[in-house]
Amino acid sequence: MSIDRATVAKIASLARIKMSDKELDRMVPELSGILEWVEQLGEVDTSNVEPMTAVIPNALRLRADEVNADPKTGGDKRDDVLANAPAAEHGFFGVPKVIE
Amino acid sequence: MSNYRIQGATGEWEVVIGLEVHAQITSKSKLFSGADTTFGAEPNSQVSLVDAAMPGMLPVPNMECIRQAVRTGMAIEAEINKYSRFDRKNYFYADLPQGYQISQLYHPIVGEGQLLLEKDEKGGIPEEKIIGIERIHVEQDAGKLMHDQHPTMSYVDLNRCGVALMEIVSKADMRSPAEAGAYVRKLRSILRYVGSCDGNMEEGSMRADVNVSVRRPGEELGTRTETKNVNSVRFVMAVIEYEANRQVDVIEGGGSIDQETRLFDVATGTTRTMRSKEDAHDYRYFPDPDLLPINLEDAFLEDCRASLPELPDAKRLRYINELGLSDYNAATLTAEVETFARFETLLGAVAKQLGKPEAKIATMVSNWSMSIAPGVIKSIGDEANLEYATAEAQAAILQMQEAGEISGSQAKEIYEIVLKTGRAPTEIAEAEGLKQVSDTGAIEAAIDEILANNEDKVEQYKGGKDKLFGFFVGQTMKAMQGKANPQVVNQLLKGKLVKV
Amino acid sequence: MSDLTELGIKAIRDGVKAGDFSAREVAEGFNANVAAASDLNAFIVATPDAALAAADAVDAKRAKGEELGAMGGVPIGMKDLFATKGVQTTAASHILEGFTPEYESTVSQNLWDAGAGMLGKLNLDQFAMGSSNETSYFGNVTSPWRRPDGSNTPMSPGGSSGGSSTAVAARLAPAATGTDTGGSIRQPAAFTGITGVKPTYGRCSRWGVVAFASSLDQAGPMARDVTDCAIMLGAMAGFDPKDSTSLDMPVPDWEAALSSDLSGKKVGIPREYRMDGMDEEIAASWDKGKEMLRDAGAEIVDVSLPHTKYALPAYYIIAPAEASSNLARYDGVRYGLRDLPDGAGLQDMYAETRAAGFGDEVKRRILIGTYVLSAGFYDAYYNQAQKIRTLVSQDFASAFEQCDVILAPTTPSASFGLGEKDDDPIGMYLNDVFAVPASLAGLPAMSVPCGVNSEGLPLGLQLVGPAFDEQGVMNAGLAIEERAGFTHRAEKWWA
Ligand SMILES: [Mg+2]
Ligand SMILES: [Zn+2]
Repeated sequence: MSIDRATVAKIASLARIKMSDKELDRMVPELSGILEWVEQLGEVDTSNVEPMTAVIPNALRLRADEVNADPKTGGDKRDDVLANAPAAEHGFFGVPKVIE
Repeated sequence: MSNYRIQGATGEWEVVIGLEVHAQITSKSKLFSGADTTFGAEPNSQVSLVDAAMPGMLPVPNMECIRQAVRTGMAIEAEINKYSRFDRKNYFYADLPQGYQISQLYHPIVGEGQLLLEKDEKGGIPEEKIIGIERIHVEQDAGKLMHDQHPTMSYVDLNRCGVALMEIVSKADMRSPAEAGAYVRKLRSILRYVGSCDGNMEEGSMRADVNVSVRRPGEELGTRTETKNVNSVRFVMAVIEYEANRQVDVIEGGGSIDQETRLFDVATGTTRTMRSKEDAHDYRYFPDPDLLPINLEDAFLEDCRASLPELPDAKRLRYINELGLSDYNAATLTAEVETFARFETLLGAVAKQLGKPEAKIATMVSNWSMSIAPGVIKSIGDEANLEYATAEAQAAILQMQEAGEISGSQAKEIYEIVLKTGRAPTEIAEAEGLKQVSDTGAIEAAIDEILANNEDKVEQYKGGKDKLFGFFVGQTMKAMQGKANPQVVNQLLKGKLVKV
Repeated sequence: MSDLTELGIKAIRDGVKAGDFSAREVAEGFNANVAAASDLNAFIVATPDAALAAADAVDAKRAKGEELGAMGGVPIGMKDLFATKGVQTTAASHILEGFTPEYESTVSQNLWDAGAGMLGKLNLDQFAMGSSNETSYFGNVTSPWRRPDGSNTPMSPGGSSGGSSTAVAARLAPAATGTDTGGSIRQPAAFTGITGVKPTYGRCSRWGVVAFASSLDQAGPMARDVTDCAIMLGAMAGFDPKDSTSLDMPVPDWEAALSSDLSGKKVGIPREYRMDGMDEEIAASWDKGKEMLRDAGAEIVDVSLPHTKYALPAYYIIAPAEASSNLARYDGVRYGLRDLPDGAGLQDMYAETRAAGFGDEVKRRILIGTYVLSAGFYDAYYNQAQKIRTLVSQDFASAFEQCDVILAPTTPSASFGLGEKDDDPIGMYLNDVFAVPASLAGLPAMSVPCGVNSEGLPLGLQLVGPAFDEQGVMNAGLAIEERAGFTHRAEKWWA
């Protein structure tokens, strides 16, 4: 399906990527081309096929309910978490004021 | 059927309500990371690299959260899906570091179940009603935004981010604020019985998204609004009142209802459109490729089932049918975990001390624990030290009362002293003279004197004026300064007033 | 002493262990090559001190008579997709410029634990999205190879692991890590005349690797030869409880079990890979590969992978869909770039930050992914693609009932000049047409050099095995390597 400029603009907004008119103009034929190309998948009758869930047969492991069992995935590391923040104040991340 | 109706200018309107309750699953660590879940910590101190969505971080699910969701599903008699999956719900918000919430859309862990609202005429439930539950799925909580700490910035705290939630989605089966309130209370009770959620609404452990629409009775469903994150039973009811009336006004004014997300303003008791979620309608759900499907084994399910306690409905029926309690007492005692636990401990202790079956004394114990004991506590207010309100002490009091050693009012007096001082009830009865006289000699002497002084009344009684028996009892008790065992008094009086 | 930078993993490891030279000498040699190769732009950040520190640690261990590890004394290049503690990790994007993780990826940690050292962070296609290394925010990587026509056209080292392929081919590192989502190890290996292995999905932990498409991403080694790949893969792989998709199974000693004797083995030739208009030189190299494997004792059998043609378009739904979600975290809140114009609100900040921080190809894929997942399209695109994926996987399963390993070209062409495919996204995507099916099925696959084309540019052959059989793949690769005797080198023109 070829898509129009308004659709690309809507998708860009959904993806939170600001796009200039020029960029949109460039993107429209590119995305249309790609979408038309992938649509050949529609040729395949998949009515009796299950979508893939696990790439390699493998069972989901569940972990035990322990706090900080592995320091790499535990809490208690505020400094590490905030270390790269563009705006960190009083132990919080700062963002432009949000009106809910 | 609820007969709750909104009286509009053009006639009656029926309210249709569905609730999505987010209940925080009781677990030590988060759903997908090892960070602590304890409430109230320093900002961002309980945040792992996973919760902060650092590049390359991956989720690993917490078994306890899965287990608690399954147990909860079993408690609402729901279908447990042995196959379920986590999906991503994509949207951008500052409290959502990943840019998506890991949730379950396509294959939730728990399917359809139900919940019973007991008849409660005073509470606006004229007859019992079953509310359908659509599903329960497991998902991550978001972080918290604070808007009042800085003039131009909002602050983000991710401590809650990634904490496990169950989203319990009801069917649109409720028709009045009362039903919705009763539903939330009942659900909370079940969760707390099961131990899957602490039900602490002030701390946000349970929040409801309230879906409300109005329609002419029996007609097609109207457009609904969803008011997010309502955190008390009272507010849930207030939201419904407000929304239903607002919607009726809008429709009757010629307008139409937008399907939208709203916020409840506690201060004004009103709801308003939530600006930040305006364009969040396209969540682009898809199965989370970082996580394999969940396949629950039979042994795991059996384990979950075996670990379930007796649940509120079963307990309530057992109290009525086996312990002989009134519907009211049974309902009240089984509503809260703490209440039934206290009652059952006391009942067991008293039964043991008296060597009587629980059923024989249950009503007495339930009256004590539901009204007498709380009454005493209330009457002395701050002077009561509840640490002294042990089952042991209360059992000792009830045992004395049951054995006729003390009267009901003495029991209260003794309990009052127990609560103030922690002294032993038997010692108090002894030392404070709070005991009934069962000594037949003393009572007989008092009776004889009263009969001698009231020969006319004795004659009348013997002549058929049965009511006078109470007069003699009263006189005797008065003469004994209230300390005579009423049963003994009755017995002796009957012997002496035998009609010839 | 001869030039130590001519040595590969095994030679360095064994030489250091034997005391023929020190790990420090090796590190110094490669550090010097890295420093002198800025024309190739293979590294985003060089970390010579880290390489020396690791080397000194190995030398000190040796002095004490301790075990040096499987990679003891071997300095390597680290694709800048792996989080490295204290060292900028960018995924070659502007949005992560300056990001310095407080954590180390499992794979890189495994390598350091095995005695390897880090020469630096290697350039790549931005967020591993690309097949030519032209999408990096830090500039294109230039292949050491050139056409012998005197034009000096800068050539593509392949992508996305183009910094890795260039570093190994130009002897800036004896080996490098790569990641392969839809051919990103194999295609650049083929373009630069080196060897690269994509193991079974789940062999190498994804923890700490910047995600592109979670269900496809796999790390693997890129090195001079099959033996070096076997050694390095052994060091990288292993169960990681922090990755739910990690394989909980022992890591075989691939190096020890390497054998180029293919007697009794069947090699499948998938007929659908012989596409209309196939490059003749590619077809010829494929035939040559068949002969080599027959010579090694294998029987050649014809197999069918009927859904091959649909693999690439399915991939270009699944990978962008996953990427659109995986890349949502780059929002300017917790790390990386923040673009906050005056008076902008939160959502504006997101849109500005992501506009400024992502390159064109990344944006293109995010938009495709967002579109195919958006309301009403999920079944037609994503779900259909995942069904096709099941079919592709089933194709392989049936093929492996008839053969032990599959031989195919790695790429439909040799390397091309940078900029030559700029304005044709689909033309660029077709680079991975032979690589993508194994990625969709999560199977182990590798590329091994087999010769050069008429332009003097390297060509690679691809081997694909059943799940968990990296050994079979590498054994067949070794059989080709021994027979191809690939000794071509890019003439050194840089620095
Ligand atoms: Mg909701
Ligand atoms: Zn929810």
